[in-house]
This record gives sequence, C-alpha cells and structure tokens, in this order.
Amino acid sequence: MKPPKFDYASPDSLAEALELLARGQGEARPLAGGQSLMPVLAFRLAAPALLVDLRQVPGLDRIDIGPDGVRLGARVRWRDIERDARLCTAAPLLAEAIGHVAHYQIRNRGTVGGSLAHADPAAELPGIAVASDALVEVASVRGQRTIAAGDFFLGALSTALEPDELITALVLPPWPARRHAAFEELSRRRGDFAMAGVAVGFELDGNARATGTRIAAIGAADRPLRLRTAESALDGRTVDARAIAEAAAAASAEVDPADDLHASAAYRRNLVGVLVERAIARACPPPFNRREAA
Amino acid sequence: MGERAPDLLPESAADGRPFVGRPVQRVEDLRLLRGRGRYADDVALPGMLHAAMLRSSVAHARLRGIDASAALALPGVHAVITGADVARACGGAVPRVPLRLQPLECMEPYRQPAIVADRVRHVGEVLAVVVADSLAIAEDALERIEVDLETLPAVADWRSADSGDCLLFDGTQTNRGVTFRATRGDAAAAFASAAHVQRERFSMQRQAPVTMEARGVVAEWLADGERIVVHGAAKVPFFNRRACASMLGIDASKMDFLEGDTGGSFGARGEFYVEDFLVPFAARHLGRTIKWISDRREDLMTMAQSRESEAELEMAFAADGTILGVRGTAWCDLGAYPRTNGLIQPRNIPQFLTGPYRIAAVDIASHVLFTNKGPAGTYRAPGRFETALFCERLLERGAQALGLDPVQVRRRNLLTAADMPWHFADCSPSAPPSSGQTETDSGDYLELYERCLAEFDWVARQARQGRQPDGRYHGIGSACFIEGGAAGPRENARIELAGDGRIRLIVGSTSVGQGLETSLGQIAADALGVPMSAIDMLHGSTNLLAEGFGSYHSRSTVMGGSAIVDAAGKFKAALRELAATYLECLPEQVELAGTEARSPRGRAMSFAELARHESIGVDGSFANHHHTYAYGAACAHVAVDPRTGHVELLDYLVVEDVGRAINPLLVHGQLIGGTVQGMGGVCLEQMVYDGDGQMLTGTLADYLLPTSTDYPRIRGLTFEAYPSPINPIGAKGAGEGGTIVVGAVMVNAIAAALREFGVNPVSLPLSPSRLWETIEAARSTVK
Repeated sequence: MKPPKFDYASPDSLAEALELLARGQGEARPLAGGQSLMPVLAFRLAAPALLVDLRQVPGLDRIDIGPDGVRLGARVRWRDIERDARLCTAAPLLAEAIGHVAHYQIRNRGTVGGSLAHADPAAELPGIAVASDALVEVASVRGQRTIAAGDFFLGALSTALEPDELITALVLPPWPARRHAAFEELSRRRGDFAMAGVAVGFELDGNARATGTRIAAIGAADRPLRLRTAESALDGRTVDARAIAEAAAAASAEVDPADDLHASAAYRRNLVGVLVERAIARACPPPFNRREAA
Repeated sequence: MGERAPDLLPESAADGRPFVGRPVQRVEDLRLLRGRGRYADDVALPGMLHAAMLRSSVAHARLRGIDASAALALPGVHAVITGADVARACGGAVPRVPLRLQPLECMEPYRQPAIVADRVRHVGEVLAVVVADSLAIAEDALERIEVDLETLPAVADWRSADSGDCLLFDGTQTNRGVTFRATRGDAAAAFASAAHVQRERFSMQRQAPVTMEARGVVAEWLADGERIVVHGAAKVPFFNRRACASMLGIDASKMDFLEGDTGGSFGARGEFYVEDFLVPFAARHLGRTIKWISDRREDLMTMAQSRESEAELEMAFAADGTILGVRGTAWCDLGAYPRTNGLIQPRNIPQFLTGPYRIAAVDIASHVLFTNKGPAGTYRAPGRFETALFCERLLERGAQALGLDPVQVRRRNLLTAADMPWHFADCSPSAPPSSGQTETDSGDYLELYERCLAEFDWVARQARQGRQPDGRYHGIGSACFIEGGAAGPRENARIELAGDGRIRLIVGSTSVGQGLETSLGQIAADALGVPMSAIDMLHGSTNLLAEGFGSYHSRSTVMGGSAIVDAAGKFKAALRELAATYLECLPEQVELAGTEARSPRGRAMSFAELARHESIGVDGSFANHHHTYAYGAACAHVAVDPRTGHVELLDYLVVEDVGRAINPLLVHGQLIGGTVQGMGGVCLEQMVYDGDGQMLTGTLADYLLPTSTDYPRIRGLTFEAYPSPINPIGAKGAGEGGTIVVGAVMVNAIAAALREFGVNPVSLPLSPSRLWETIEAARSTVK
C-alpha cells in the first residue's frame, strides 16, 4: 500500500499550478483533499509523474454568495459547507445533501473540486450540481471556460475536463425564494455511497401547481441524471398523491441502473421511484407533506 | 449489569471485597488509549529489512516459471524468494501448514503449501517474497517480477467442486475432503412417528473476520546462536512456534514467538499463516531481521474466511410441538485449503445444530468442499452462528405449520436443570484430543428464556406488530443459544516472587484485546489475597513458559484463570514455608495478609523483605477435556420498510448465563460487541467471488462491517445462576454468545414483521436489495 514514486509541487499561485499541469502533459494530477486520489495511488491504480498540491493556491477555498448565486471554490471542504449557515437559505438542497457525504473525517478533507473531478456516479455533489443547473468553472494555461454540470459528467469517473484543466469553482444559480426542495438517499450504512439518491425541487404557484420542476438521481446510472420525464410528469400539475405517484413511476422508468455488489438494478430502479415520491412529499409545504404510506 | 458504575481503578479496591465479580476498569486501557501499545507494526529493530508478497491475481493456475531478474536489479532489493528457493532449502519440497485443530489423516493431501510451488489455488496466494530496504522499494519490485502462469478453469462454488470435474489437489479423487456426521438416537424412527416434518434449505454467505490490526510479522535474526525471534505472534504462539520450527526444519528451542498487543482476533488473527513461515524463512535465508505488515487488501484476500455453507434440513415434530428429531445435510465451502482450523465450522454444524433444545434424535452430515477461493478458518461462533439460524427457523416455521406459538414450542423443548448433563450428538471423524463427544455442564435454559421474554416485555410488544401508520412493518423475534467454551487440553500459569517483592504472574493464555490482563488479574488477586496492583502479568510469549495454549474457543479466562488458582495455592504454601523460617513459627501458623506474612506472635515481614532472602517460583496447571456451555436468549424488535427493504433495529436484548462473571464490564462488552459483529453477518457482510474466483470485495468500502454507530439499541444482561461445575472458578467461556444468536433472532423478527407478505428469508445477508426482492417474490406468489 505504498504509492508509486511521484514528484510533488506545491505552487502558490493559480497561474503556476496551471503551468505545472500543462507541462505535465497528462502525467500531472492536481491534489486537493486527497480522499479519492490517495487510495487510487495506494492501490497503484494510477501512477502520475507529478502531484500538483493546491493547498497554497489562494482563493480556491472561498464560498461567495451573491446575486449570481453561490460560488464554491474548488478547495472548499464539506466541513466548510456544513459550517456555513448562509447556505441553509442560499443553497438548501446542497446544505441538506452534505450531511450524507461520507463520514466526518472525510468531510474534513474532501473538496468540491475533488468530488466533481472524480465523478463517482453515486456522489452527492454532482447530483446537486445537475439538479441545480450549476456551472463548473475550469481554467488552464489556454484560458478559462465554463461547463454546464449537465455536460460535465460523461460517465463513471469520466468528465469533460481536459488533462491540463483545473476545476476552480462550482457556481449554483440563485435559489428562487418559493422553491421547495428535498434530498433523499439510501445507503447500506450511513456515510456509504448511496445505492441511489434523488434531489427534487419545484416552485408552487397560487393554485398549488408545480413549476420549475427539477428532479435528479445519483447512483442510478453511470453519471448523475436529470430525470426529464419525471419532471414533466409533475410540472404544471397540482402536487397530489396521483401526480407524485406518476412522477415516481416515470423516474423509475427513466433511470438506467446497473447490478453491483450492493444492490440489483431492479432494486435501484424501484428505489429511485420510492425516493422521488418521498422527496416530493417531504418538499411540499403543509398540508401536502404528510408522508404517504405504502 | 451495564448500568452499574465501574470501579475507578483496580488500585482503589483494597477494601477486602473480592475482585472477581466486580466491574473493574480494564487495566490495559490507560496504556492503549495513550498510544503506548506495542502492536506488530510498532516493532522497529536496527538494520531491519522489509518484505512484500507477490500474490497471484488468478484463482487457479499452473506456475510455469518466475523471472525476478528485473526486480533484483532494482537498487535496494535484497532478495526475491520463490517456491523453488523454499523447496531447495527445505529438503526438496515446500513445507505445508499443519492443522492445529482436528488434524485428521485424510486432510494430508489438502494442506496448504507455504508458497506456490507449482499450482495456484486462490487469488492472493503467495508466489514470491521480495525483501528490500524499504516497503516502497519492495512494492516497486513486485511490479517488475514476470510470472508465467497457465490459467486453469476456476472451481468457484461448492457444487462444481463436488462434481469433481476439476480436481484441485493431485493425488486425490475428490474435492470433498471429509464428511462429518453427527448422530444421536434413532432419527429414522423419530421421523416415522412425526406429526409434522418441516423442511428448509438455507444458505449462509462467506464472511471474513476483520481485525482492526492487520497481521504482521517481524522475524529477528540473532546471528549468535542462529536463533529467530518472531514478534507479532498472537492467539496461539506455542503452536505457531512448533509449526514454524518444524517447517524450517529446526528445533523449536531455536525460536521464540513473542506476543505484543493484538488488535483483535475473532478466531482469525494469530492462527498460523504462510507469512508466519515465509518471513522467518527469509530472515534465515538472508541472515537479516525482516518486517512484513499485511495491508487491508491482503488481509481480506488471505486471512481466514468463514461461514459459507448451504444446508438442507428437516425437523420432526409431535403434534404438541415436541421436537422429535433433526436430520439433513450441509455443504461447507472451505475455499482453497483447510489451513489450521478450517475444519471447525463444518464439524460444529452437525453437532451443535440442536443448540439448547432437547432433541433426542439427530442425523446430520456435513461435507467439506475445497474451491478456488480464500482459505477457511474460524470466525467467532464457527458453525454456531449458522446453526442457530437453521435450527431456530426450522422451529419457528414448524410451530407455525402446526398452528402453535413458536414461543410455546421453545418452552416445550428447551433443556432444563433436570436434563443436565445433556449429551450432544456424537460427531465423527474426530482427531485427538477431541473425542467427538461432549455434554452440557449446568444451567436451566428455559428459566433464562423466560427471563429474557419478561425483560423484553414480549407479551405487550406482540400486540404492536404489523403495519404502522408510517408504512413500515414491525416485528419481534426471539431465539435461544448455547455457547461452547474452555477447550482443553490444559493451560499453565507460573507465579514468582520477584526480588523487589512484587508478584510476577505468567500465563499461557494470550490477549487478543479481550481484557485478559484485567480478568486474570482479578482472579489472581483474589487467589493470592493481594491487591491487583501488586501483580505484574506477562502472558503468551514462548520465552515465558514451557508450554501454553492461548486464546480460542472462549477459553483464555476459564482455562488460564483455573491454572492461576492452582498456581496461587502452591505459591501461598511456598510463601508460608519461606516466612515460617524467618518468623520462627510453623508454616501453617503463618497468616498471609495482603503483601505481608505474619506469625501468631505478631511478627510480620513484607513480601519485599522475604524476597531479599529467597525467590519463589511455582507452576500451576489446569487440565480439562470437558467444555463449558454458557447459554442464553435474545429478542429483537425491528421495523421493516417493505418498499426499500430497509430494516431498522428498534430494540435488541440478549441475556446470557456465564456461570461466573469475572468482570461484568468485560462480559457485557463481549455480549454487546459480539452482537454488533453478528449484525454484520445479518445485514452487511458478504465476501463475494465471481465465477473466475476473483474476489470482488477487496476493500472495506465493499466488504461492509458494522460499526458502533450503526446499531445503537442493543442491551445485554449477564446472569450467574448456574456456575460451571467443571472448573474451580465456576466460569464459562463467554466470548461468542452475542454473535451466535443474532442471525436467528433477527431473521425471526424480520419474518414476523413481514408475515402478511409470507416472507421466509433463507439466506444471509439480508441486504435491502435482497430483502426487497424476497418481498416482491412473495407478493407475486400471493397474487
């Protein structure tokens, strides 16, 4: 369990970090919290020539909340999000989902950029990003660009990042005042990767009809998915038991889960439906949110 | 007993009350919690080299050759040792691991070679040992070794093993190593007269006993005298020394196995593994001190795996619920080799399937099958966790079929004080010192079951079962168990009066983290009439005693404690003898008061003063071929979400009569910890291999262990109503009881919750996915 040999650099500016990544020609990897990368190295599943430690790069650990939404620097840790009370109103879905991320030891080190770059299909943050229409800001010596979260995740552990690019921030658009939202997941043990999870958000108009509906699932395909059919099933309708059931059924039909050690594909498909149903019901303000029994 | 406030420290207890029976805080903890433990990886010796193992990535193959030249060319690499090197140094053949328990003659062809000589039989088997200046260099070298393997089809499950299409061992006709059979009474007659016969087929998953501390060996080469000192020994150091020396072809006196602190065993850690030979071998080969520490992935691949079995069983009932007999067959998948103690699970299954019940007729066969998976060993409650589930489910389902309350059926069949001693089914074959025969020692199993039901408020809770307003289904379940302990043949203890007047206690029991120094310290302090703080204890290591037997089968406290009682009697006699000379009285007139000897005329000498005149050293021993049987019962209350298969444990109570609780805190801890470990087997743990014999659960992210925060609602109660009559302290082995019963009681509770769906879980683990699929299957059958 000793990593293969690598060089190590700890640049103190973003420009220098990007320069090192560019010069590495794909053999350099950025290091932030190390919660995914270090085990990969210990198992010798990867052997990068150079690790570019981002610890001294200024500005990447900032959480900025403004009219454009919430901007989470790439080196923001789960613990920073948990501790920032402003996020409870500025990004309630994020605040709720963070409690499900791993265990506190990991939350003390794991980062926003690391989670996005690792792109585990069951990770919470990518699901929140997709559900929120978030933007991923990336930089390289060639310049900066912004990638929509929906285009960022290409598959399991695969993203739209070029080898010389570094994630600098995740931007969550402003949270509408009337949006109701909930996050639900089920894992084998608390803190494990979810067997499946869902993020749900919608606004209610004067007639208790859902608008701006967004439903996303994690752990139910090779990447976080927006469930467009399920969204359509709910959007524009009065949020009642029937609408919820139809959205849940649509969600089940829409996901593309796989069998693995922890759950069968059929189970995951069912679970997504149950979680969507429960998330919508919980997101509803009273009196709609009485839990629907089986 | 968990509610009682613990005494602060053993030193504070000089008030004349006995130590035994008091919740003395663990004397080990202050040291361990301050990071002053000495585990295998803490051993650092001058000039030490580091070893890494090249392990097979395929499950079944012929080894054609190994080219280590590129690895040897790497600076810092001292040696790459292969099977050919080992064979050359060991008289032409690679030595093989001996069976410690049940060393049956018929196991000879199946014994594990210390390193692959010509055939790989499981993923993780050692192909070569690299020794280098650092572990990082050794691991770099592993990647440079070229191995030429001819892959063979893997035998990945017991059925294909049993077909015999592909024989795993040359010179054998079958992969079925042995069949154990347990018989009692006339099973055929019992079944012929039955009013109802309940048939079930069960399967139990493969599990891994995961210790917090990974295995580790530091073999210290002492050039003068050509001796090898092995650090990191645990559980059974004396046996391991004999095994290692014999495999090296040297006299056991040329080796010592030293026991440091040990971070858990659960049956697995401390057994003799191939690395326990290979590292000392490499030390001798190079004339250097060498360290090897297993990483978690290696431990998961190669440390004992256990429990994987299937059983087809039937239980015969009279119309009133009396169990007339049980019969059937079990198939146990032992993986690639029996190793030192892999036969214990398959041999326990037929003999202990009847558990605490008065079942007069038994005929059960248990087949041992070898496959291309990780080799077998024991895991806390071997064969007992499995059979408690089998027996209790047969009982529960049979009772329901007869229209009887399963609780009443248990009451009708539980052994009572009037049945003692109850002779279990005889099991054969059996290798000495085991006779294959055993009987209970004492107790009233019915009485304790009633106590458990009452404490749990069983009757009131019955009404609260079924569907709840939140859509979940509540259910309660109960089950009973017995726990064998105190394996012989004997244990030894030595007590010495040191030069400074302190008492040195040396015992052959070993500490694997169970609080041995505390419990044995309490026994010794009482037996000697001194405070615990007057005693320094040493244990386990082979340089301390001529012979010791260690910790397994819940034996260390009972056997070690009884040996201490014997030694203490002799020690006090020797002290009186010595004191009488200086106090000028007769030995029998000497009064021993604390650490002082007094004469009838009021003269007194402290042990320290006596020690200046003469040292004392006495040996005690306790021999016993009978086993203790602690026993108990448990109740669980669960809530099941049928839409997700999620099970929440709302309440769990386990009670156990241990004869004599030396330290209620420790016994309570064993009960709670054992229960949580058993919960892992019910809900989480499963070692998964694919059809090619590849292990898919190589990390603790995939092999899921229960943690202390997962099951907060577990209560334990310890009773001492029936001391064991077969040892002087009355104690019964109590390290496994919590684990044994968990599967049975949880499945009973879950099945009760899902009664209206007609769910009958017959295999573990009950992951949410599997339970949901079971519910769905039952739902579609109902339609």
